[in-house]
Amino acid sequence: MTTRNKALAAAALVGALALTTSACSGGSKSSDGGSGKGGGSSTFNAAATSIVNPSTKKGGTLKLWSTQDVDSLDPAIGYYAFVWDLQRFYTRTLVNYPSKPGKDGLALQPDLAEAMPTITDGGKTYTFKLKQGLKFEDGTPITSKDVKYGIERVFAQDVIPNGPIYLIGDLDQGQKYPGPYKDKDKDKLGLKSVQTPDDSTIVFKLSQPNSDFLYHLAMGGGAPVPRAKDDGASYAKHPVSSGPYKIQGYVANKGFEMVRNPNWDASTDKLRPALPDKVTFTVTSNADDLDSRLLAGSVDIDAGQRGVQTAAQGKILRTPKLKASTVDAPAATIRYISLQTKVKPFDNVNCRKAVEYAINPTDQQTARGGQWAGKIATSMLPPSIPGSDNYDPYNLAAGKPQIDKAKQALAACGKPNGFSTTIAARSTSPKDVKQAVAAQAALKAVGITANVFQYDGSQSASTVGSPAFMHSHNIGLNVFGWGSDYPTGSGFLSVLIDGRLISKSGNNNYSEINDPEINGWIDDAAKSTDPAAAAADYTKINHKVMDLALYVPGVVEQSLNYYNPRLTNVMFSQPLGMIDFSALGLSDGK
Amino acid sequence: MTDTPSTEPLVDLAKDAPSEFLAVRDLRVHFPTDDGVVKSVDGLSFTLERGKTLGIVGESGSGKSVTSLSVMGLHRNVGKKSGPRISGEIWLDGKELVGASPEEVRRLRGQKMAMIFQDPLTAMHPFYSVGHQIIEGYRQHHPDAKKQQARDHAIQLLDRVGIPQPDKRVDSYPHEFSGGMRQRAMIAMALANDPSLLIADEPTTALDVTVQAQILDLIRDLQKEFGSSVIIITHDLGVVAELADDILVMYGGKCVEKGPAADLFDKPEHPYTWGLLGSMPRIDRDLQDRLIPVKGSPPSLINLPSGCAFNPRCPYAERNEGRCTSEVPELVEAAPGHRAACHLPAETRHRIFAEEIAPRL
Amino acid sequence: MKAGRVRPAAPTRGGRPTAGQPTAVLLYIVRRLLNVVVMLLVVATITFGIFFLVPWLQHTDPVLRYVGKNANPVAIEGIKVKLGLDKPIYEQFWLYLKGLVAGRSYNNGPDTTWCPAPCMGISTQTQTPVWGQLTGDFPVTAWLAAGAATLWLVFGVGTGVLSALRKRSVLDRVTMVTALAGVSLPVYFTGLVTSALFVYNLGWLPESDPGVTLADDPVAWFQNMLLPWITLAFLFAATYARLTRATMLDVLGEDYIRTARAKGLREGKVIGKHAMRATMTPVLTVFGMDLGGLLGGAILTENVFNLHGLGYDALNGITKNDLPMIMGVTLFAAFFIVMANLIVDLLYAVVDPRVRLA
Repeated sequence: MTTRNKALAAAALVGALALTTSACSGGSKSSDGGSGKGGGSSTFNAAATSIVNPSTKKGGTLKLWSTQDVDSLDPAIGYYAFVWDLQRFYTRTLVNYPSKPGKDGLALQPDLAEAMPTITDGGKTYTFKLKQGLKFEDGTPITSKDVKYGIERVFAQDVIPNGPIYLIGDLDQGQKYPGPYKDKDKDKLGLKSVQTPDDSTIVFKLSQPNSDFLYHLAMGGGAPVPRAKDDGASYAKHPVSSGPYKIQGYVANKGFEMVRNPNWDASTDKLRPALPDKVTFTVTSNADDLDSRLLAGSVDIDAGQRGVQTAAQGKILRTPKLKASTVDAPAATIRYISLQTKVKPFDNVNCRKAVEYAINPTDQQTARGGQWAGKIATSMLPPSIPGSDNYDPYNLAAGKPQIDKAKQALAACGKPNGFSTTIAARSTSPKDVKQAVAAQAALKAVGITANVFQYDGSQSASTVGSPAFMHSHNIGLNVFGWGSDYPTGSGFLSVLIDGRLISKSGNNNYSEINDPEINGWIDDAAKSTDPAAAAADYTKINHKVMDLALYVPGVVEQSLNYYNPRLTNVMFSQPLGMIDFSALGLSDGK
Repeated sequence: MTDTPSTEPLVDLAKDAPSEFLAVRDLRVHFPTDDGVVKSVDGLSFTLERGKTLGIVGESGSGKSVTSLSVMGLHRNVGKKSGPRISGEIWLDGKELVGASPEEVRRLRGQKMAMIFQDPLTAMHPFYSVGHQIIEGYRQHHPDAKKQQARDHAIQLLDRVGIPQPDKRVDSYPHEFSGGMRQRAMIAMALANDPSLLIADEPTTALDVTVQAQILDLIRDLQKEFGSSVIIITHDLGVVAELADDILVMYGGKCVEKGPAADLFDKPEHPYTWGLLGSMPRIDRDLQDRLIPVKGSPPSLINLPSGCAFNPRCPYAERNEGRCTSEVPELVEAAPGHRAACHLPAETRHRIFAEEIAPRL
Repeated sequence: MKAGRVRPAAPTRGGRPTAGQPTAVLLYIVRRLLNVVVMLLVVATITFGIFFLVPWLQHTDPVLRYVGKNANPVAIEGIKVKLGLDKPIYEQFWLYLKGLVAGRSYNNGPDTTWCPAPCMGISTQTQTPVWGQLTGDFPVTAWLAAGAATLWLVFGVGTGVLSALRKRSVLDRVTMVTALAGVSLPVYFTGLVTSALFVYNLGWLPESDPGVTLADDPVAWFQNMLLPWITLAFLFAATYARLTRATMLDVLGEDYIRTARAKGLREGKVIGKHAMRATMTPVLTVFGMDLGGLLGGAILTENVFNLHGLGYDALNGITKNDLPMIMGVTLFAAFFIVMANLIVDLLYAVVDPRVRLA
């Protein structure tokens, strides 16, 4: 689109929104019926910390719309955050997150498993007992072998790639297991580290203690898959449900619906209320139209949960009644700027600190979309990750550049007149580029010249992911983002700062920090079977990362999402980083 | 409007039907433009008897084509702000056309009066076959005619105008005909409804010299056969020399001379007519230097020269003590049935013609 | 596009050779169809070159576009083998062409996908053959195009004719200003404004139901399609109104129109038959080209109105880096453009007897 067309499109949005004003007053009528029943009524962001409109009323159709199709319904492949949310409808794993707001939602609970596992052998052996009466949607019982088979599928990266592969790292242990499709074992259960002594027992043997293992098992890759129904890449079109709903009529880019799974037994499932009779998922290509439907009440929730569009946002914020049905809570994603310790002059901690002080956190926030799209981050652990505290050594929370301190740091670094460097940003991510430009302007004020280097985001593995490339292009600063796949310090931070993970390409440790003390804490946390102890290690790690000024934390992402006031049990799930769809019900039962 | 005196006494100011088959009285056709009013035809009167041929001769812009379009009722936007203003009377077989409704005139077009245009290629629709275009005109005025009957009629007409294999050529398209054949087809189209009045507007101008004579012969033959009255409009006196019974010479939207063809050729009265005669190539005089074109260019129809419109180009305008530049000459009878609009005394004109012009023709 | 096209703005003058004999016409069609095949091969080669040869020359690996955020070596290798990206570039090209003609199988041992001819590859996003998806989505675009084309021809040509007949009238001026707006306003704008107005504000139309097909519920389907038709038609109607007006004004000045009047034909027949026939010739030419190249307008319309047609596939393919889908849509669109051109050329010979097919 040309600039002129963009301007016209913006004008169109404003016009369209003005026209829809009358329609939405009709839509919010249903909220009167909904809020009366439960305890907590809907106010702005109430769902972030409490259950809005609690209810056990069953029935109705939950209408989810999305501007993006699912990446895959195959539980071993799906990697989009909202797809993990959707998986809760049709996929159960040994352990899973409870539908609870706030920190309570982070503690894993037994799901298929009768209880939390027995951990023996110094944290290296996990033994689970499955519940009785578990069945797939076709009525066949779910056994420990189905769970093992499901996990084995994760190894078949040549057939079903693109999903999370943590379980391969945990369980392969040098076997080079090729996945069940190339498995020589007649039952296709050749993965040695997982044993199924009987149909209700599954034992995992780890090579070393790993406090993250349960979180890895809670991902879709840990779900049972019936071998008889597995057809490799095509399984994504008709995954076999182990949860309260089964999938019907999936058409790529159009959507699907979920109807009740008659073989799901509520008595075996304490995590899912399964209130609606039906859940529909519809893909649309028009985000503004989706907003219009949301505000008109004909769509219940935006499944993507990436926030309403600018036009609708303005309207929601101006209208208290609409704003009461929104949630805007931080997810576990940080948009940061890394500082390369191997690129001069950032080998000197004081030059790095100069950047921390010189940066304007408010401008960084504005670049990402303003206060509704993100909060200023003061350190490298998002608030939903255990171990996070309010550590802020550079007083970033003040939201202002600190020129004097930056100049002092520059002087201490021996570069009182500043220096020249390069800041990399993905041209394919416009907000990254805006962040880089904002940083460029802030650094200019203290005499640091930062040239913006843009590159194709799909090539990041061979550009910013290559230390040699970073060195040769004098890239001292790099705008990037990281979201954790599971809510632990190691899940979030270790990938970014573990010195032993520095690689020649596809490197994520951009700062190339290889600090023995940090590495030691990482190992210590991994060995710990107590989540609180691991969290304490990450508090220390986070403080040191900030003290060493390895990252400008930038912004913790969040988004303003509106939901239909008729929804019950609305709550923001911290591990999912969005509203928990599986808990939702419909106050009008329609 | 009436800065020019009427050239012919308008005895019958009331619109009573004249006895002649076609009578045009004080016809004025004025086109409003951004630059001023273009007086294309300004007070023209003439008559035409049944079965006779009238030649209207003049340079381009003299008003001769506008006159013919007026008779046919083909001016567009008449009565609208941007359209031409037409006044006067046109009587065709007892029916007045200027004041008649467009629908009445339309019914006469193609039936009672028909027209042959200058360039048959552009004047025929390129997408319809020649036969179709003839049949269409025929059936318009013969709504009861069967298709086959109309087609047979078209083939007969094509045969009559001398197109070989008319039963095949009837389905040909205009671009598949040669220029002469096209004009023959055009004539066939005009004759489709056996019109009493046929207007031929420069019928041979776009054709090869060799074909020109054939077409003129054809028109003459057809006129005899069908008994139509014919108006031939041309810039070339040669074209009408053998065809016309009467000749009308137009200049600047007015008639400057008219009379029987023989008189006009033998004893032309108006210096402009002399010029036309002088510029006429003649087969019996092959000397190129004898061609005497009329010097100068046609007058602006918005600002006609004062007095006689021809005075800037007239070699004899000086001989009249300024009368030629101040007074518009009337069309007066020089001989029985022969009129001319010139201030020069008749005897002076006759002397000049006899002494200076005739020898060079 | 090729020799044989004669495209006068409005028929005026100039004799041309006679129309061809039936056998000559048949030969012409055969030759043009061969041209179509060659054209498509060229398009296929160019798209292949852009998406595979260029990355290869730049030493970047197209496979990186297929893998998600986990660039796991096993996954990369698996995809490479399956899609044949491990083979030399010329062999990949050969397989691509072979797939188009005879179909091919994508195979990396445990995972085989058969892609029947014309195989345009497997969508990286949906794991199904592109051709099947395109043919499945084609009716949506075809209906969109048919409805919109009907609207824009009726209204565009209609207002163009009226404007020409009432030159400089209020109607003429209003029409031409509206036409200018239609040409200038982006589909995105008109689409959003019309749906906001008619659906959310006035409530004349229900919210569209993306699942409905013509067979399911014709009324709901019609309601779904109405705004997309209007929106797309608005974009084109403007062009047609202006073109028709200009051509009609030219034609009305032609001698053959005067001849038609001189024959005593009614004014309705003079305009409706003689003038319209000549006016429609350039309109037809533009219409053929527009219909073939409609995908550009369809991309925006389908995405604004959430219609799952080829335009949606195109944009979706682009945003999701689905190379086979992009190449497939390109080829599909190219096919329609060249076919539309051929049909226009044939129709042209029917409309204008002066045009000879050779």
